[in-house]
Amino acid sequence: MSLVLPVLLPLAAIPFLIAAGERHANRREAVSLAAGALLFLHLLRLAPAVFRGARPETRLFDFLPGIAFGFRLEPLGMLFALVAALLWIATTLYAIGYMRGHHEQHQTRFYTCFAIAISATMGAALARNLLTLFLFYELLTFSTVPLVTHHGTDEARRGGRTYLGILLGTSVAFLLPAILLAWHLAGTLDFTDGGILRGTAERPMLMLLLALFAFGIGKAALMPFHRWLPAAMVAPTPVSALLHAVAVVKVGVFTMLKVLVYIFGIDLLHELRLSDWLAYVAGFTLIAASLVAMFQDNLKRRLAYSTVSQLSYIVLGGAVATSAGALGAGMHIAMHAFGKITLFFCAGAIYVAAHKTRVSELDGLGRRMPFTFAAFALAALSIIGLPPGGGLWSKLLLALGTADSGHTLLLAALMISSLLNVAYLLPIPMRAFLAQPPQVQEHEDEAHPHGEAPLPSVIALCFTAACTVLLFLAPTPLYRALQGMVLTGGTP
Amino acid sequence: MITDHLPVLQVVIPLLAAPLCVVLRGSFAVRQFVKVVSGLTFLCSLLIFTHVTRHGAMGYELGGWQPPWGIEYRVDALNAFLLLIISGMAAVILPYGTRSILREIPREQHHLFLAIFLVCVAGLLGIAVTADIFNVFVFLEISALSSYALIGMGRSRRALTAAYQYLIMGTIGSTFLLIGIGLLYMKTGTLNMADLALRMPPPHESSTVIAAFAFLSVGVSIKLAVFPLHTWLPNAYTFAPSMVTAFLAATATKVSFYLLLRIVFTVFGVGFAFEAMHLQLLLPPLALAGIFVASTVAIFQTNIKRLLAFSSIAQIGYMVLGLSFGTATGLTAGIVHLFNHAVMKSSLFLAIGCVSFALGAVDLRAMRGLGRRMPFTMAAFLIGGLNLIGIPFTAGFVSKWYLILAALEQQRWFVAGFCLLSSLLAAVYIGRVVEAAYFHDPDPQLTARPVPRGMLAPLWLLTGASLFFGIFTSFPVGAAQRAALLLLGGAP
Repeated sequence: MSLVLPVLLPLAAIPFLIAAGERHANRREAVSLAAGALLFLHLLRLAPAVFRGARPETRLFDFLPGIAFGFRLEPLGMLFALVAALLWIATTLYAIGYMRGHHEQHQTRFYTCFAIAISATMGAALARNLLTLFLFYELLTFSTVPLVTHHGTDEARRGGRTYLGILLGTSVAFLLPAILLAWHLAGTLDFTDGGILRGTAERPMLMLLLALFAFGIGKAALMPFHRWLPAAMVAPTPVSALLHAVAVVKVGVFTMLKVLVYIFGIDLLHELRLSDWLAYVAGFTLIAASLVAMFQDNLKRRLAYSTVSQLSYIVLGGAVATSAGALGAGMHIAMHAFGKITLFFCAGAIYVAAHKTRVSELDGLGRRMPFTFAAFALAALSIIGLPPGGGLWSKLLLALGTADSGHTLLLAALMISSLLNVAYLLPIPMRAFLAQPPQVQEHEDEAHPHGEAPLPSVIALCFTAACTVLLFLAPTPLYRALQGMVLTGGTP
Repeated sequence: MITDHLPVLQVVIPLLAAPLCVVLRGSFAVRQFVKVVSGLTFLCSLLIFTHVTRHGAMGYELGGWQPPWGIEYRVDALNAFLLLIISGMAAVILPYGTRSILREIPREQHHLFLAIFLVCVAGLLGIAVTADIFNVFVFLEISALSSYALIGMGRSRRALTAAYQYLIMGTIGSTFLLIGIGLLYMKTGTLNMADLALRMPPPHESSTVIAAFAFLSVGVSIKLAVFPLHTWLPNAYTFAPSMVTAFLAATATKVSFYLLLRIVFTVFGVGFAFEAMHLQLLLPPLALAGIFVASTVAIFQTNIKRLLAFSSIAQIGYMVLGLSFGTATGLTAGIVHLFNHAVMKSSLFLAIGCVSFALGAVDLRAMRGLGRRMPFTMAAFLIGGLNLIGIPFTAGFVSKWYLILAALEQQRWFVAGFCLLSSLLAAVYIGRVVEAAYFHDPDPQLTARPVPRGMLAPLWLLTGASLFFGIFTSFPVGAAQRAALLLLGGAP
């Protein structure tokens, strides 16, 4: 029961959310926060045993003969669930300020879909086999469509269509056959330490299978299936922040890592050199997306392309098939989550307070919104991989893992991309703090003076920014926790 | 004991109830009466199903004449399941129909309409229950003639031409069937299906048997609406009264599919059909062409009933594809889909029936904004649509899983690929309706009258079932697996 609870808790909040409705907005948001807090505490209670090496599991019923529906905790999923739950609380807090400050419609629908999406994320994080994971993967796609199209405008509809089209198309056309093929070859879909595919098929077949997985997991946003992510930016900012920087995209790369580590097994990937091409596709994506990001003036779009690029770091970490790479990938899921959610929070705060969406309009805004832009700067440093941001450690491990695998070209790609990160992220806080505000703007601002965004939003973004610094100072628990993932199954 | 007489009661109850309807005359009395009858019929097949599952096949000798001289009714794992589907559908759709006909059939014709409906039910149940191939023909004619009448009672005058078209095609089909039966009788001197199988001469010795096989399979294919023999179906489904469309879509084609299974596997046997007649090469192109052509045509329909009719032709393609593999998994896929499609397609047609009841129109324009005006109906339609696409957590997913697994087992990669692609076509045609319903503003000129609960309850019963059997799959999958083993000559 305690393993099912993370999935049920967010769902259990829904009747209360609906009952509270628009009329009792405070009560509704309190329910959301309470559910988040309960969820996080519950996961926190489960976590220590898992990080020490326990693998509690449950099978609820047989979904199909031989394939159970159930959950099994392991370090990577546990960590992911913890991060998502913690950030759900932060996002709810943020959303209170944002949605009210922005006078959004249909807020109850918003919170309801949000809860379903979190429930699906928990299900995916804790799934015991590939099919259970797939079920929640698809549930997540559907539950987030109403969030993407929240504004109901033509643009939102177009974005929603691209979003659904690519995510559903790739999962039906590639991921589902990949799962079926794996089931056909191995006769099981359970996530097993060391993988399930050893000795089941020849190399070409396994290559095909990996390709189906790699492009089928559209949420990992490997090029050329990355376009849904910028399209999803029409959503309200809390959605972009939690779902398109944390939950949805991380379910993508998480699934990818699970497949690489627990279905193929790092040893098998390494021996047969199955995933070298995937590492290069990821390398290409991370450079290309960074380059695109440099030329985006719309802040949220720039962050979206940055996300595409950072996701490929994680895929690359898994695909180089070394234990340091896999560890770095796992850590980067958490590090990037805290960093990117802060950036999105800031983007939303700027929008609510100053009604600005373009990078070129931000000159001198730092003086009015010091907390927001300080948080932005810290988070940007973490994403780039500079102190005092936690991203330093995961990027270090990723680089080490890539060096271990001997792909010098990929190592170079990682380094170049980090420079590109500097080039597209750091100018934003620098402009805000150092550039002179334009004169015309000044005149307008006389009429509409503004400071920071609503208080709950500022608290939320300061909290997540503080987390990135905390993860810089104390990364060891994270590292220890994830070691269990590779020690049992990876190369020594 | 009464249990021994269940197989014959199954047919006799609705058959005798039909003339009683005419005697009762009064609309209200008849409408209550048929509900009771459909309940009794369902109870009957429920008892048969449990009995067959526990104790194996049941036989019944009509008039005490022993087979193969007399007519035998025989219920095994396959037709017990089918009886359950037919009578279950009747039991759900009749209560719905007693409301929906209020707006579609003149009050003074209610008793005739419902009497014919019961005759149709009796005919379909008879085809399923009998073990005598000539008796199959008789019941086929009973159900066909009554369905011509039912379709002809549609509100639009075009229903008459639709019924006439169906009559011509259906008569050709029955005639082919009769010729085939005659040829078989000539060669073997028996009409009992089990006995026929025993006396069947090897194919290379007798071209008469080959001709019989050709006549029988083409005749059934017309009834089944296998592409390109499907031309009667779209008009018939479009112009028939709502409850008739839902019932025929759920049962008539399913019974024809059952008949095809019986003829191919029980009468002629796997060896004859697949080694001598090469069904595994003959059917897949037809099935795939049907799936693609019908799905593509469905995309361009503006009448939703017509759209769903073309979708039915495509879905029949999936069932035939499952049969064409000739393996246990393939047959399981076909039979599971028989069940799932009955549930999901009837729920879709019932939803459209509700729309027709409320608005008097069922074209795409009328669907605009219905998501808000008729939330319950359209939510059911949405879930039915997700079933058609084959989204996880819906029954449609289970069908697709087995179908693709069967293709993978035989290493037919292209077939597997085509199945997946075609589900994306379903996503397009369902997507059009869903978009109109949820993303467009309603037409202010159309006024919706409220849909009675008596119509919504059956609709949601079926919708709930399609979700339930998508999550707890053991009942349909178990029944289908037993039936598949039986057809391939295994246990029970």
